[in-house]
Amino acid sequence: MSDNFEVPKALTGTGAWLDDRFHGARGVRVLMRKVFPDHWSFMLGEIALWSFVILLLTGTFLSLFFVPSMNDVVYHGSYVKLDGIKMSEAYQSTLNISFDVRGGLLMRQIHHWAADLFMASLIIHMLRVFFTGAYRKPREINWLIGIGLFTLGLLEGLFGYSLPDDQLSGAGLRILEGVLQGIPIVGTYLAFFLFGGGFPGNVIVPRLYILHVFLIPGILLALITAHLFIMFHQKHTQMPAKGNTEKNVVGAPFFPYFLAKGGAWFFFIFAALVLLATFAEINPLWLYGPYTPLAISSASQPDFYMGLLEGSLRIMPAWEINGFGHTLTLSVLIPALLPLGLVLGGAAAWPFFEQWATGDKAFHNINDRPRNAPVRTATGMATITFYGVMWAEGANDVIADKLQIPLYTITWIARVMIFVGPAIAFFVTKRICLGLQRKDNETLLHGYESGIIRQLPNGEYIEVHRPVNEEARAVLEAKRPTALMPGSGSEDENGIPAPSSKGLLGKARVRANRAFAETVVLESDGHGHGNGHEEIEAGDEHPVGAGQLPAGDAAEEDTGSRGL
Amino acid sequence: MSDIEETDGSEGAEVASGPVAPHRVIGTPPPAPRLLGGGTEPAAAGSESAVSSESAGGVAVADHDEELRQPTEAEIQRGNRAEKVVVACFVIAFLAGCGFIAAYIGLPVGLDRLGPGGSTLDAALRSNLALGTSLSVALLALGLGALLWVRLLMPEVEIVEERHELQSAPADRAAFAETFKQGAGYSQFVKRPLVRRSLILGTLPLVAAPLVLLRDMGPLPGTSLRHTVWSPGRRLLVYGTNTPITPADFSAPGSMITIVPEGYEDDPDALVKAGVILIKFRPGELDIPVRTQGSTLVGTMNWTVDNIVAYSKICTHIGCPVALYEQTTHHILCPCHQSTFDASTGATVIFGPAARPLPQLPMTVNTDGYLVAKSDFTQPVGPSFWERG
Repeated sequence: MSDNFEVPKALTGTGAWLDDRFHGARGVRVLMRKVFPDHWSFMLGEIALWSFVILLLTGTFLSLFFVPSMNDVVYHGSYVKLDGIKMSEAYQSTLNISFDVRGGLLMRQIHHWAADLFMASLIIHMLRVFFTGAYRKPREINWLIGIGLFTLGLLEGLFGYSLPDDQLSGAGLRILEGVLQGIPIVGTYLAFFLFGGGFPGNVIVPRLYILHVFLIPGILLALITAHLFIMFHQKHTQMPAKGNTEKNVVGAPFFPYFLAKGGAWFFFIFAALVLLATFAEINPLWLYGPYTPLAISSASQPDFYMGLLEGSLRIMPAWEINGFGHTLTLSVLIPALLPLGLVLGGAAAWPFFEQWATGDKAFHNINDRPRNAPVRTATGMATITFYGVMWAEGANDVIADKLQIPLYTITWIARVMIFVGPAIAFFVTKRICLGLQRKDNETLLHGYESGIIRQLPNGEYIEVHRPVNEEARAVLEAKRPTALMPGSGSEDENGIPAPSSKGLLGKARVRANRAFAETVVLESDGHGHGNGHEEIEAGDEHPVGAGQLPAGDAAEEDTGSRGL
Repeated sequence: MSDIEETDGSEGAEVASGPVAPHRVIGTPPPAPRLLGGGTEPAAAGSESAVSSESAGGVAVADHDEELRQPTEAEIQRGNRAEKVVVACFVIAFLAGCGFIAAYIGLPVGLDRLGPGGSTLDAALRSNLALGTSLSVALLALGLGALLWVRLLMPEVEIVEERHELQSAPADRAAFAETFKQGAGYSQFVKRPLVRRSLILGTLPLVAAPLVLLRDMGPLPGTSLRHTVWSPGRRLLVYGTNTPITPADFSAPGSMITIVPEGYEDDPDALVKAGVILIKFRPGELDIPVRTQGSTLVGTMNWTVDNIVAYSKICTHIGCPVALYEQTTHHILCPCHQSTFDASTGATVIFGPAARPLPQLPMTVNTDGYLVAKSDFTQPVGPSFWERG
């Protein structure tokens, strides 16, 4: 640990041995000095990564004991309350893992908690990437891979908790079968092929097992590797800060800083999961009993990440179209496909839509502050609201029970809020963003209120403002507003209308562009850009430097201007 | 860590010589104050530069292009204290890890190890508690030790790396295009379209083959979704006890029980479609209107016996068992997605996503007085499907 210590022979020798064979000295040195920008929100994706590692570890352990078979057995094991009950081998082996294998219960619960944490951290990580605009060029592909990871994670989780063949998981599979059956033309065939005949059959558990432990994890692993390599190759984005530019990346080197911090983070996440598994019981499936088709418990809830689907099924009115000898069961198809399709499809399309609307084809390595992209932030909040309403509706029976509100009332509120909520969220968020921009401008122009009141020689009291320091100024000035496209019907000097603004699509694009370009202009002295935009009413605005004493500047100036 | 004020003091002092107002940080605060005073200086030459300073540890920076400074006595002291904390964390991790192994060996679980009469549930929970606590303490201590090591012992180093242009140089792109064109030319792929097309033709069946191979995963649905195992004369058995039932056995109005078909009491594949609920009404409460089924009018009051009606237990929305019954309103509720059916009017839908009433099982009594099916359901039970019509 000092500057003149000897690296042990064992290390130098091994290094030389390896370098003789792989020529790695130069490359690995670059790796060791690889810079990782530091920001708390950059750790969110890491939670998902480490959760996945823990899932692989605990899942491998569980697979040593789990028997993926639906053959009937009569239970005479350690959980005496189910003694003599007929059940599948899958359920029996899950009971054995819980009661006869030392550490089995712990591993099962870590595995289940890790799955929930994996999905939760994916969601939070995606929100971080979305709200900071980190998906922009050149990172669109990684954004799409992320959406693929989330989708596969949903399936992996669903299949995973279906494996033990307990009452709850059987009910979940029954719903899966019902959704498959509802698909036009091929639905019944899909269901019969997947289940090897009618539900429940005796092959679904082994089939889901191989998907759950081999196929989907394999694809997940490949996609995660690609995700990390692309991130590594393109270098991580960084937050706006002093010294951070589009052309550099500032932070600590991989070795030893990121290595140690990443390792510590892994241990913390692992520890958190073990704590949950120890003190917060999850999926106590011995209480549910083996699956029987005619039993169900009320307030059955899937894992949280399936809550959106559960809620959308509950919110849906009874729509069904019958005709020409066929049935189109909209009350199943719409909720099963539309909400998730909207959220994930919309997320996948968003980077390209944004490029289309803003005309921004530049590389972006500095993230946006959410307030500086009001339309994006508002869209994100609207999506969260949409998702949240569906998700809460997925627990409407629990809410009804706990809050003593009639069940149907909750569903009706959700049916209205699913449309109204996102609209309100969009509007409010956009106003908040613009308000925060106004606040930033105010800070840039006048500095902070220092809380110091001084009396002038003429007896007037004023509050001293402190100027913005360099660090804060770099952050505040990081806003890069969207450039305005030529409007529809606008012409250049030769009278030729702008080609991009023609037609229905062109008009839509110009409208979208106007929305994206809405921003609060920083005006320090009141003379405009001369672009014909509405300008800030620069009544009493003037920059305040150190020692300057603005007169009672707490008065809010009206900066409700639009334009570039 | 509290010297933000110090670093900013020069600015603040000019504003007011009095108390210094709290400094506000916009956005993310800079990682940590740097004692060396140097901010981040991107190097003009070279691909990277480094600026470093000491944090608390008494360690000199050891990078060739980073400034070396001898740590002060206070810094060495602080470093030594921090070292003790880090070491303590790792020792705790060792002890907790040993505890984990000890708990594994020392705490038996399962009937085999505990012997008959042992409380296996308690044993499993006890083992879980001991293993989980020791493991989480070990992991927590390792994480904390590593974190404190970075934070307290390693010098604060920040380096700046240049980003390289992601897109290739125009010359490289041109060369690539040229090489590709050359190779494509050699391949004759463009020149001889027949080769190209026959290759595509040749692969087509093999693309379809995997799908064909999946065909034997299950039988075709056929008409199996339209039928259940109910047949004329098949007795209704009470779910659970599997005993036949007479109208007199089920005389309490307002109650609901679950029924399984005789001969299939234990067959999940049959029960998943053939499960039935039986509801007893007071006289005059049950009024099932005549309905059109296909093109014919069907009155189903004669499918009931003595104010007892039998409906399919399988929800017409997505197949959950409709398990909840409210006596006073005659509402049947599916706990999955809250489709609600009015049992007194033929299980018509009054709320929720189900689009069709629960099918009614034609029912009568046999010569022994037991409730039996008159026939199978006259329409498919359970969730809708494309071929249902």
